[in-house]
Amino acid sequence: MATAAETFRICPTTGLKIHLSAQTLIKANAVAAVVFLLFGGLLGLSVALTRWPAVHILPANWFYLALTAHGFNVLLCWIIFFEVAILYFASAVLLNSRLAAPRAAWVAFALMVIGAVMTNVVVLQGDSSVMFTSYPPLRAQPGFYLGLILFAVGALTAVGCFFGTLVIAKEEKTYEGSVPLVTFGAITAAIIAVFTLASGAIILIPTFLWSVGLVSNIDPLMYKLVWWAMGHSSQQINVSAHVAVWYAIAAMTLGAKPISEKVSRTAFLLYILFLQLASAHHLLVEPGLSSEWKVFNTSYAMYLAVLGSMIHGMTVPGAVETAQRERGYTKGLFEWLRKAPWGNPAFAGFFLSLVLFGFLGGISGVVMGTEQINLLMHNTLYAPGHFHATVVAGTTLAFMAITYLVVPLIFQKEIMFPRMAQWQPYIFAIGIAGISVFMMGAGTLGVPRRHWDITFSDALLHYDYPPAAYLMLALNGLSAIAAALGGAMYIINVVASVSFGKSVKGAVRQAQPATPLPAAVVGQYGSVAHVRIPGTVVLVTVFLVSFVLYYFVNWKYLSEVWPMR
Amino acid sequence: MAISPPRERLWWKQPIHRVELIWILVAFLWGIVMFGMMVYWHAFGKHNLSNETYKVAPNEYYAKTEAMVSKYTVREEKGIPVVHPPPGSDVYLMARVWAWYPSLEFEQGQTYRLHLSSIDLQHGFSLQPMNINIQVHPGYEHVLTVTADQAREYSIICNEFCGFGHHTMVGKLYVVAK
Repeated sequence: MATAAETFRICPTTGLKIHLSAQTLIKANAVAAVVFLLFGGLLGLSVALTRWPAVHILPANWFYLALTAHGFNVLLCWIIFFEVAILYFASAVLLNSRLAAPRAAWVAFALMVIGAVMTNVVVLQGDSSVMFTSYPPLRAQPGFYLGLILFAVGALTAVGCFFGTLVIAKEEKTYEGSVPLVTFGAITAAIIAVFTLASGAIILIPTFLWSVGLVSNIDPLMYKLVWWAMGHSSQQINVSAHVAVWYAIAAMTLGAKPISEKVSRTAFLLYILFLQLASAHHLLVEPGLSSEWKVFNTSYAMYLAVLGSMIHGMTVPGAVETAQRERGYTKGLFEWLRKAPWGNPAFAGFFLSLVLFGFLGGISGVVMGTEQINLLMHNTLYAPGHFHATVVAGTTLAFMAITYLVVPLIFQKEIMFPRMAQWQPYIFAIGIAGISVFMMGAGTLGVPRRHWDITFSDALLHYDYPPAAYLMLALNGLSAIAAALGGAMYIINVVASVSFGKSVKGAVRQAQPATPLPAAVVGQYGSVAHVRIPGTVVLVTVFLVSFVLYYFVNWKYLSEVWPMR
Repeated sequence: MAISPPRERLWWKQPIHRVELIWILVAFLWGIVMFGMMVYWHAFGKHNLSNETYKVAPNEYYAKTEAMVSKYTVREEKGIPVVHPPPGSDVYLMARVWAWYPSLEFEQGQTYRLHLSSIDLQHGFSLQPMNINIQVHPGYEHVLTVTADQAREYSIICNEFCGFGHHTMVGKLYVVAK
């Protein structure tokens, strides 16, 4: 039960009742996330500049160290801290509830910070450059695994606080009917997180024991199978979380409502039910596993998790189009899109994230995850090219976008440099799209990932990559500079606004549609009469055609290699 | 809005718009096509990764490789033996930090049983410029049946990180016209 000591404030913009303990925890987790983004982002820049053969700034051992730390800091620390903040927001704030067990949430936070710092310190000592995946028999210092385990336990505790909050909100009847769609998406993310973090514990605990000498052998194939149940499934947490963020931003900036609650919620549910045995995508060219196993687990025969994303790919822009048309932007196919609030960084970041995630990340992921086609791409730069489109252009850009709403609403500070905020999503998106495309291009030419020197200057035997590969790596370096600039603009603005920004009095302008919706249509959705989305239909048709063409082009490439069986 | 509870309490009873239904159906069918392609390729395609794998101790694999090297070596390059095994035979390629051992010479148009394994860490077999990529594990012997259809020099790059000398790990595979 809520006690008198539990304090709340009423948000002047949304009218939501905000629990102050939850607010402080959201702030703490968001700030930690940004700190790790800064560190991990700089490491990423140094990696990209080293890959550019003409620049090649880091020596080999530093390159492998930086690459290990880059993966850990951005893929794990930045994203999971931010996701914890989103979970608290989607539960306590959106449901008008108090947060369950704030003390436990602080313990979770502390564990995550301790774990993250421990692993970083161990990596920086230099003898644990095993990459984020740490495939045995390559062995790191015990502290590397211990830090990861502490981090995972902390994250699991935070997920527990989220579920507890849902129970409290239901019992104390802080909302009516069903939870909002965004909260539903967050629940999806949290359920997947439990599976993910448990898999992490199952594999990292024995690996830790192996690193201290208590277990004699870790089978490398078994390790990969279980490790990727964490490594890949956790990307499904990101997808659920950033799709929830897309819906949230569309709602907050345009008053957009899902076309159909049923369809959007079912699409989220598909992520949980058909989260493919995600390890399979990473084991397609591994010995010792049958083709039947690979084909079935990579698709469950129907690709229903892919279907979930394709549904969101229509319902999210469809919701935007519907809201815009109701506002009167009904001319032609795309007036709704042209007249969208492109100057609002939250909207711009969200829409760019949606487009880049679908076209670059989504298509390349499914193609690369096709059993036979994986032969052309496994462990080449194509793989990081793909996941930078999903995790950075998709998740990170969406998280950056919602920050522009979180700072005024939760931190109650005005954005200090609004012009900089306006440009930031575009610069970051151009940079990250370039990184993805050029790494995929280099991968298509056979350039390996996690490789310090494709000129093989120290090697006994040589191989000359085609000049196009060098061009791709140079363009990748330039794109990384653009992305780093976009990242710096984000971090500087957020840190400055939070530390020195003017306090917000009254309602927040950015978080409200420029033109309010006519009162008559507010609240009427899921109703067939009001849906007209021809522009979205064109967009998804273009998407599907690109998908089909690119898919079959890769089969064509495959048919040109040596016959093998 | 998506950030507030659904206005219709019985949202699951609302009808679905026709456009959404069509898209769901199209996307679903596309998923079935993609699944079908993988199965089809196993039946009719000529490029499928072999499932033939054996457990093997690193020292056993080392011995098998050495036996082949001593039998079929035709020359040396920078101290690395180049092996020309008879067509159709079992060929052993051994990965270790940081070399592919030995270098191989195949005859164009001939088929070989190519064995892959590692005696220490995981490595990545990446045949360039063809761009075929296969993971190599210690303890597992993976047997591929390959047909070398073009006469030229190929390089084998390691594309799984295997320690600080990873980027020096390059091997050679020559295909010679017969």
